[in-house]
Amino acid sequence: MSGHTDMVLVDKKGVRIDGRKADEHRPVHIEVGVLSNADGSAYLEIGKNKVLAAVYGPRECHPRHLQDPTKAIIQCKYNMQAFSVSDRKRPGPDRRSVEISKIIAEALEKVVLTELYPRASIDVYIEILQANAGTRCAGLTAASVALADAGIPMRDIVPAIAAGKADGHVLLDLNKEEDNYGEADVPLAIVPSTDEIVLLQMDGNMTRKEFDKALDMAFGACHDLYDVQKTALKNRYAISKEDEANE
Amino acid sequence: MERRNARPTREIVVPGDLLDDSGMCAGSNAYMLDGKTYAGILGVRNVYHDTVGVIPLGGRYMPNTGDTVIGIIEDIGSSNWLVDINAPYPAPLHVNEVPWKVEFGDTSKYLGIGNVVMLKILMVDESKKIQVTMKDSGLRRVEGGQLIEMPHSKVSRVIGKGGSMIQMIKNLTDCRIFVGQNGRIWIDGDDDKADTAVEAIKLIEREAQNSNLTERVEKFIRNRLPETEDDEGEEDQ
Repeated sequence: MSGHTDMVLVDKKGVRIDGRKADEHRPVHIEVGVLSNADGSAYLEIGKNKVLAAVYGPRECHPRHLQDPTKAIIQCKYNMQAFSVSDRKRPGPDRRSVEISKIIAEALEKVVLTELYPRASIDVYIEILQANAGTRCAGLTAASVALADAGIPMRDIVPAIAAGKADGHVLLDLNKEEDNYGEADVPLAIVPSTDEIVLLQMDGNMTRKEFDKALDMAFGACHDLYDVQKTALKNRYAISKEDEANE
Repeated sequence: MERRNARPTREIVVPGDLLDDSGMCAGSNAYMLDGKTYAGILGVRNVYHDTVGVIPLGGRYMPNTGDTVIGIIEDIGSSNWLVDINAPYPAPLHVNEVPWKVEFGDTSKYLGIGNVVMLKILMVDESKKIQVTMKDSGLRRVEGGQLIEMPHSKVSRVIGKGGSMIQMIKNLTDCRIFVGQNGRIWIDGDDDKADTAVEAIKLIEREAQNSNLTERVEKFIRNRLPETEDDEGEEDQ
């Protein structure tokens, strides 16, 4: 959003620098249950983003004063590794990661049936191993799969993806160059069964028309992502069944 | 478990999957929205009469009144012990709920940190406050033997239909076995036989989704312990 570049982000044929069309998202790969010590986990790759999510709980809420006697709280920690970006990122929480942790926790709270576990806490850890724009969406997508893997009761799985504007075109799932030199970035997360929005932010400027178009594209892509999430979860348990049958 | 019934296909569902839109009621781990029933957890779709629910594949153990569990003493107070029963909440065991007469402040003489006890869930209230008791037949402090842990969702397979699986393992291996609803299992017996029982239970854990498990486990134990073939039946109580 900030810099300027001579790079042509979208060519005359409407093809972007990584060969995608305007309404195409990056290839997604999700693996479930990658960590054995966490109650639930997921590893997600979307384009060059690599994200690991782990879930613990529900368990006794630790800073006691955060306990809620009516429902469980979701504590989320979004963390970028020092090596996740090309210039070393100073490790530790900063303003950006505190914000992302908060919005992801709030998005997940909308789908998790927290009232089943009063006074408990569900801890979600998101580690960004490699970043290439769109990590908050990737993190949330992975975290909701990890929650389902942990056997936590929830209404639905949350897919998230960003749309935006670069070079005057409305684009889906911005990559790093489009995000840095583009005009706007709109991350979106939904509850697919009801199409409720659980996360929506906007950075930059767009007209109302462009915004609606971006939102439409992001909604469509969220539903695609939802299928990937479901397949990943089902595969994980189907494979273990086959293995056992072969024994 | 009593909800066992014929399942033609074992369909795995994830949260948000549509279970039914023909007006069936939501069973366990399912919810209704606009007359349709959706899954509320990752598990296997389960139809029972006119309700459709989900049998969870994993998740944390949630105590229910009347469950027998195995707990580990975590902390000692002057009139109670805090017991870890693998639930999201700690379970206090009050001195009135143990089979001994305990003077105020003498709690540590009876049960120390790390001791393993068999417990019964006395009560769980709506704010999920748990009370446990040791005052019931067969409940006691555990000494010796081995303690293994498995997902609590697979405990019903270890017990089997009407206790058939666990009875078979007990008969064939001559072990004392106590299965806690929270997924902890205590096994005590002769070295070889106890090890076989542990292996058998691990086999159940790995193959929990398969049918004919009792037969497979029986075959497995007979292979490991050929000499028990003669003893069969003698142990029946």
